[in-house]
Amino acid sequence: MSVFALSDIRKSFAGNAILKGVSLEAEAGEFIALVGPSGCGKSTLLRIVAGLDHADSGEIHIGGREVSQLRAADRNVAMVFQSYALYPHLTAGQNIAVPLAMRKLSSAQRLPFIGPMLPGQRQICADIQRQVAAMAVSLKIDHLLDRKPGQMSGGQRQRVALARAMVRDPSVFLMDEPLSNLDANLRVHARGEIVELHRRAGVPTLYVTHDQSEALSMADRVAVMIGGNLLQIAAPQVIYDDPSHVEVARFIGQPRINLLPTVRDAQGIVQFGTLRLASEGHGGANVTLGIRPEFVQLRAQGQGMLAARVERLEFLGSEVIVFAKLAVIGETVLAKVTPLEARGLIAGQPIDLNLDAARIMLFAEDGQRLPSARVTAAVREIAHV
Amino acid sequence: MTQSWTFGRVFRLTLLILGALMFLAPYIFMISTAGKDQSDIFSASLSLIPQHFAYMANFTKALTRVSMPNLLLNGVIVCGLILVLQVVVAVPCAYAMAKLKFAAARILMAVVMLGLLVPIHATALPLYVAFDKLALLNSYAVLVAPFSISVFGIFLFLQFFRAMPDDLIHAARLDGMSEAGIVARVIVPNAWPAVTAFAIFSVVAHWNDLFWPLIVVTNQSYATPPLGLLFFRAAEAGDDYGALMAATLIITLPLVIAFLLAQKRFVEGITMTGLKG
Repeated sequence: MSVFALSDIRKSFAGNAILKGVSLEAEAGEFIALVGPSGCGKSTLLRIVAGLDHADSGEIHIGGREVSQLRAADRNVAMVFQSYALYPHLTAGQNIAVPLAMRKLSSAQRLPFIGPMLPGQRQICADIQRQVAAMAVSLKIDHLLDRKPGQMSGGQRQRVALARAMVRDPSVFLMDEPLSNLDANLRVHARGEIVELHRRAGVPTLYVTHDQSEALSMADRVAVMIGGNLLQIAAPQVIYDDPSHVEVARFIGQPRINLLPTVRDAQGIVQFGTLRLASEGHGGANVTLGIRPEFVQLRAQGQGMLAARVERLEFLGSEVIVFAKLAVIGETVLAKVTPLEARGLIAGQPIDLNLDAARIMLFAEDGQRLPSARVTAAVREIAHV
Repeated sequence: MTQSWTFGRVFRLTLLILGALMFLAPYIFMISTAGKDQSDIFSASLSLIPQHFAYMANFTKALTRVSMPNLLLNGVIVCGLILVLQVVVAVPCAYAMAKLKFAAARILMAVVMLGLLVPIHATALPLYVAFDKLALLNSYAVLVAPFSISVFGIFLFLQFFRAMPDDLIHAARLDGMSEAGIVARVIVPNAWPAVTAFAIFSVVAHWNDLFWPLIVVTNQSYATPPLGLLFFRAAEAGDDYGALMAATLIITLPLVIAFLLAQKRFVEGITMTGLKG
């Protein structure tokens, strides 16, 4: 049974639908990255799960309990904010202790002056201090416990925020772009740390990011959200190799996927240069052909499927991105090749391109992937006629 | 840092010094008069330095003829109560208006703005009648109650709280705090610059207020400092300006000292550079 499930969450602000029926399930210990362009509704979804915002409709189950009517505090979710949201007037140690104190001490025991005189308070406080110290050691921030947030660097604050969220064993862990305020080097390092912490704690995690490389590198499954819809939820490799929707294909991958408009005939055959593809499924005659730049190969003029002309080259060290304009439809196609293959190429030079037929994807007009475009022997045969 | 004495700088400084002198002149003259005896005060020549130093005599008169400790104590009690009540009312109110979403927020905002526009003088008479009917004239309650809700305070805190990050409040909610807990544990500890600034405004206004105490207090034992001064002048001092100025000096001194001590925070609160990250 899933430990965390959303079903058909809908939300609109002033008539604008932000979330259009989002459903998602997470297994115990799963790390799900929610990725999408800014404004797609992913942060709204996270706030709804946390209980900071209310959905117009839909259900949220955490640990088998329906929580959509519960207050944020009663849902037992922990959240790491983009700005870390540490209490500026408390030291790091006090910050980490707050969620424990709020849960373990009664409201009378938390009172200043009177609280310490009540029975049991001292014992509980000592417990809290022990837990804070243990958490600080495991995150290597034990030397920072007496500092206030203003006296810490971004990376240190981020660790304190993580510690504050993890210290109380939440049922679900929510992270709202926790790495976006760190510099590039630290970010890559912190990715590994968060994954490691997550593996140790084993708490299901919903991680919101707009950075696809974060999503692909960290998550067990990636949920791609565009325009208020969850278009695809799958393992990172499936998201990349086998996108179910043209928007997913467009959003994931750097450099971006080549998407070429084309048509198919009544039998569903797509003719593209000397390339022929069979397609099935719904939709009209207009289809979109997608292929990732690494599956576009360069050939000498007259020896490939598609005639093109080199527009410009981008040298990236281990690889070169070739921008080539197709002779037939005037679209620019990106090819990712090794520096060796690109040697001697100059802008304006005529060239032929080969598309790896096994890697071509077809999308219908409504953006859905056409099933027959999956890699099949039939497609390959037709392609090589 | 040493700056050269360019013409522009000298000009600027001269202008500032002249301006400062103009504002300080009455106060300086008051200090001077407090040390003069009768003949000095009514002499034809105008001199800042008293010819016969009569500070001892004047201050003795000021301290013995009126019960100065009682006046100052009244001032502290009234201003203290007003400030505490104003903060206790205004902070939660401003928090709700700045950070919570509710249907009447816009109307409430309009009411606050309206409240800023209506001076106490407009409502003084109805208030007086009401307190008279309640038989509360000549009490601390009548001096404090009308000022317990400060729309200016609400407005000042509102501006300050709006600049506080929403995430901070979200984090507090997730940590299990109630809304009242958020105000007490997160908002107030981080709002000290605003509270200090507001405290100065409030204390200065109510310490110096003569209008309202004059209307509702006739009993000397509830007199606030300015009202006490008025009684002193009417009953005792008459034309003994030296003693009057000495009494005035004693009454204004606590405020001057308080302002000098809190000066940095005061400016901080006004410019609202309080909370970053």
